[in-house]
Amino acid sequence: MTGRHTPRPGAAPLPRMIAAQAALETRMMLRHGEQLLLTVVIPTLLLVLFSTVDLVDVDGERVDFLTPGVLALAVLSTAFTGQAIATGFERRYGVLKRLGASPLPRWALLCGKTAAVLVTLALQTVLLTAAALALGWSPHGNPLSVVVLLLLGTAACSGLGLLMAGTLRAEATLAAANLVFVLLLFFGGVVVPLDEFPDGARAVLGLTPLAALSDGLRDVLRDGAAMPWGDAGVLAVWAVLALAAAGRFFRWE
Amino acid sequence: MHSAGGTPAVEAVGLVKRYGGTAAVDGLDLTVRTGTVTAVLGPNGAGKTTTIECCEGYRVPDAGRLRVLGLDPATQAATLRPRIGVMLQEGGIYPGIRALEMLRHVAGLHAHPLDVPELAERLGLDSCGRTPYRRLSGGQRQRLALALAVVGRPELVFLDEPTAGLDPQARHATWDLIRELRADGVTTVLTTHFMDEAEELADEVAIVDAGRVIAHGSPAELSRGGSADVLRFSGRPGLDLASLRAALPAGSQAEEPSPGNYRITGDVGPRLLATVTAWCAQHGVLADRISTRRHTLEDVFLELTGKELRS
Repeated sequence: MTGRHTPRPGAAPLPRMIAAQAALETRMMLRHGEQLLLTVVIPTLLLVLFSTVDLVDVDGERVDFLTPGVLALAVLSTAFTGQAIATGFERRYGVLKRLGASPLPRWALLCGKTAAVLVTLALQTVLLTAAALALGWSPHGNPLSVVVLLLLGTAACSGLGLLMAGTLRAEATLAAANLVFVLLLFFGGVVVPLDEFPDGARAVLGLTPLAALSDGLRDVLRDGAAMPWGDAGVLAVWAVLALAAAGRFFRWE
Repeated sequence: MHSAGGTPAVEAVGLVKRYGGTAAVDGLDLTVRTGTVTAVLGPNGAGKTTTIECCEGYRVPDAGRLRVLGLDPATQAATLRPRIGVMLQEGGIYPGIRALEMLRHVAGLHAHPLDVPELAERLGLDSCGRTPYRRLSGGQRQRLALALAVVGRPELVFLDEPTAGLDPQARHATWDLIRELRADGVTTVLTTHFMDEAEELADEVAIVDAGRVIAHGSPAELSRGGSADVLRFSGRPGLDLASLRAALPAGSQAEEPSPGNYRITGDVGPRLLATVTAWCAQHGVLADRISTRRHTLEDVFLELTGKELRS
């Protein structure tokens, strides 16, 4: 008998568990090469390329049009695409199941994921803002409105990402999440203004979370609007519906 | 360390779990005494993993009574989980995480975990501590999963095929760890396909087939049941079997399945062997190729569960 294993079970204090999970999820997210391509490299390249090369017609300065859209795209890439793919594979590899047998409650696991998304987004925002300022961006409006819109967009994208990850096969999630990213990149008002599309298409596209977020951010940052309630409302509805559906249909195994 | 009375670590009575129309577990009874090692044996598809996963709170039984450490895993999982350690058949580990990073993380979810570097060294994980999980070998993955099950200093550990795919060294290291757990009063429930593992480690063996426990007891008790042990030898054909039978102890049988090949069943021990060779000497028979084969747990297992292949 060594006494080494003499039972002394117990969960760590909850705040410590959540902090550990958040730190782990953040490290994993920032370490993941493909994920960084999606969350950092693509938005930055788009910003630089489309600001400096005259590829699409926009009103006013190109960088003033592009930056809000690229910030919205950053939200989509991290909260939706990246999170959906990572979570889908964690589910497939039994990571969620394994952690389900640990003292960590499931809601605390999701808190960890959300914290990782928020940390990554903060880093993306700093990086993209710096790049945009270097390209001559002059932002307007109330920063608080910007933060509210970004958080609503994050909630909507997270809900949709987790709904996808928790219901589809990992491979299907991988394909679908990337497809949605590419489609919304072109049809979500990021690089091509929604005005370029026919009226009917524009009305429908305007209701997608990415278009609502990029449009709302543009209203504030380019046009100095106080708070674009219409876009905020669209995002809030997406957030509530998607998070409720994810809560209802998410399968842990 | 073995508390005779008290609450059993696991108590299942009439446990039923159906998937679709088929019952994976079909009226299973199992009692695991605190501080013991119990091996659950059974062919593939017998219901071993489903039973364990009911105990871990992953599956909710359709019928029957199940108590783990006196708690209902289906409704009291939050209280139960910090007290149990779990090793799944498939790792359940982030592909990109480093071995020691995962071990440290799970240790950090517990109040009084084991010393991580020491545990890693014990299980030979120190050399691959910085290797991402996806690049670990099968054996390293198994050992990491085992380390994760014990790092939180649980009262009860569930190990689903802990030595599947391990080399002999890693297998013995795993056995040593399980023996240490028992010495320190931890209860272990493990599933395995290796009969020697069950004989080596288990205080109790439960043989499961078609969702029920069909035999239960210590390895020695189980080996004594079923068909008898066998002694074989060759000699000239047509020996006088009646005379041989008369010389043997009661309860033994002698036959000549093919010309010149003799088979004696009964309590095969030194006395029986001496009796047979003495009889041969008296009858001028040079007994050739004498072999004894005592009944093993594997024989019992195959007798009880049959030899046809399972899904």
